[in-house]
Amino acid sequence: MSLLVDPAIAERSRRLEIPFDRHGIDPFGISRAYLSRFYTMLGWMYRRYFDVTVTGIEHVPARGRAMLVGNHSGGVALDGAMVLASLFFDMEPPRLGHGMAEKFLNRVPFASQWTSRLGHLTGLPEHALTLLEAERLLMVFPEGARGTAKLYGDRNSLVDFGSGFVRLALQAKAPIIPFAFVGGGEAIPTVVNLVRLGRLIGMPYIPLTPWLLPVPRRTSLELYYDPPIALEGTGDEEDEVIFGHVERIKARIAGLIESGVKIRRGRREAVRA
Amino acid sequence: MKVVVTGVVGKIGQLVATRLRAAGHTVVGIDRRPWPDAPAGLELYRVDIRKRAAEDVFRQHRPDALIHMATVTHLTARSEDRDRINLHGTRAVWEACHRHGVERAVFVGRHTYYGASHDSALYHHEDDPPMAVTTFPELADLVAADLYAGSALWRYPDIATSVLRVCYTLGPTRTGTLAGYLRGQRVPTVLGFDPLFQFLADEDAAEAIALALEKGLRGVFNIAGPEPVPLGLLVKLAGRTQVPVPELFFRLLLGRFGLPRLPPGALNHVKYPVVIDASAFRTATDFAPKLDADATIASFRSAPPAPAPPSSR
Repeated sequence: MSLLVDPAIAERSRRLEIPFDRHGIDPFGISRAYLSRFYTMLGWMYRRYFDVTVTGIEHVPARGRAMLVGNHSGGVALDGAMVLASLFFDMEPPRLGHGMAEKFLNRVPFASQWTSRLGHLTGLPEHALTLLEAERLLMVFPEGARGTAKLYGDRNSLVDFGSGFVRLALQAKAPIIPFAFVGGGEAIPTVVNLVRLGRLIGMPYIPLTPWLLPVPRRTSLELYYDPPIALEGTGDEEDEVIFGHVERIKARIAGLIESGVKIRRGRREAVRA
Repeated sequence: MKVVVTGVVGKIGQLVATRLRAAGHTVVGIDRRPWPDAPAGLELYRVDIRKRAAEDVFRQHRPDALIHMATVTHLTARSEDRDRINLHGTRAVWEACHRHGVERAVFVGRHTYYGASHDSALYHHEDDPPMAVTTFPELADLVAADLYAGSALWRYPDIATSVLRVCYTLGPTRTGTLAGYLRGQRVPTVLGFDPLFQFLADEDAAEAIALALEKGLRGVFNIAGPEPVPLGLLVKLAGRTQVPVPELFFRLLLGRFGLPRLPPGALNHVKYPVVIDASAFRTATDFAPKLDADATIASFRSAPPAPAPPSSR
């Protein structure tokens, strides 16, 4: 195992402010050894394979509960992986982001084991609330699986947001930090999603790219964090109130994407010129 | 207090009886099994809890309290028999309590009530539904007994009833569901799955049960001790060899090559965790387990191999 672990990254995972026991396991079953292995691999993608630019990481609180809310971009969870990497590599001390795993993952051998050991519990409201109450940092994609299923042409748009995340944030009194991920759709340009074949093997769909497999191509990626939004309420508000919050957050993220796309285009033109 | 303990000959039952007697309580035991070296002064009635003779014990002794542990949990017992003992036995003893003026009654149930499934949450609270009915149908009778005991809270408001859902226990006696799973040198697990397991030292479980009685708790309480441990680590710390088997072959291998026998429904319990939040009980009783996870596993590991567990008949 030690061959696959960068000692500097193992040291960094030791600095995570998580109550690990003497075996390196926390109360949610997160394993420091698994984290070291995973972030070694992720660090290579984050720093060497892709060219990732992160803006506004200072808006993510150093400790305490918070919810990162952003867009899906790219047919697989590349967006989530890059957010996790930015929290781990660009924050001092590093922070562990908790994703909400798609339910089917827990049925899949190894995916079940890895998601549990890395802190990406099954996407259930109970898990979101428990993690926030334990002062953890939650990463939420309100577009859900419909968001990762976006085709290349829709890569910089947003599909409908669920509203559960706003109620949970209100209930847990957790600030929401909007973020936008730009470039995932170019790293993994989905041409078509195979829904039937996916269902057969227990997945929501299988994305196909011009080179068939959803292996990301080397490209530049941008991640933008916005200042936190502190919502007032209990989570028991009428739907209209909740939808209002959802739309406000969605608009913030859409704005981040829009300016991100402009910067990206400008940068590309500068390279061409 | 004078306390009737049903199922007193079981490993936790014996520890509960010893703990209660040390605190100055009088213990009257009911069990179908013999207890050859029972401590002097402990009266043991070898009767069936569903029969008249069991109610005679209540009539004769007029106990103040009941601890009900006479449930069949090992899954080799035929299911109709388990159902009769677990559900009908529970009903019979609560009726006896009501008729004979028992003031406090404790039902000792199991955390497997919540069931293990791919979409169930970690840290179950007491109000979570009993998913075991669908994930592990063999446990339906234990779920029914648990719910029946809970219904005593409104059915018999004169009795302070507490329903305890205790996580797995582990200790030197090497009996119980988890100890049974870890008995052999080679422990089969499902390849690619590594659920969290929550367990409590035998003695700590007995202490928690005695505390529930002494505090006169009313309501449903989860009981757990140390933080949960991933199965692979548990197997390693117990000095066993983990044998990860692809799920397809798992069932074929069980009961062969020195591997223990498990019912089909148990598969979910080695793929997915059942983890409970026990904070309500800790707040109500100040319960603090004496042994942490490592010490609990060590007490299991270093004990001499146990003889075959006594039959419930």
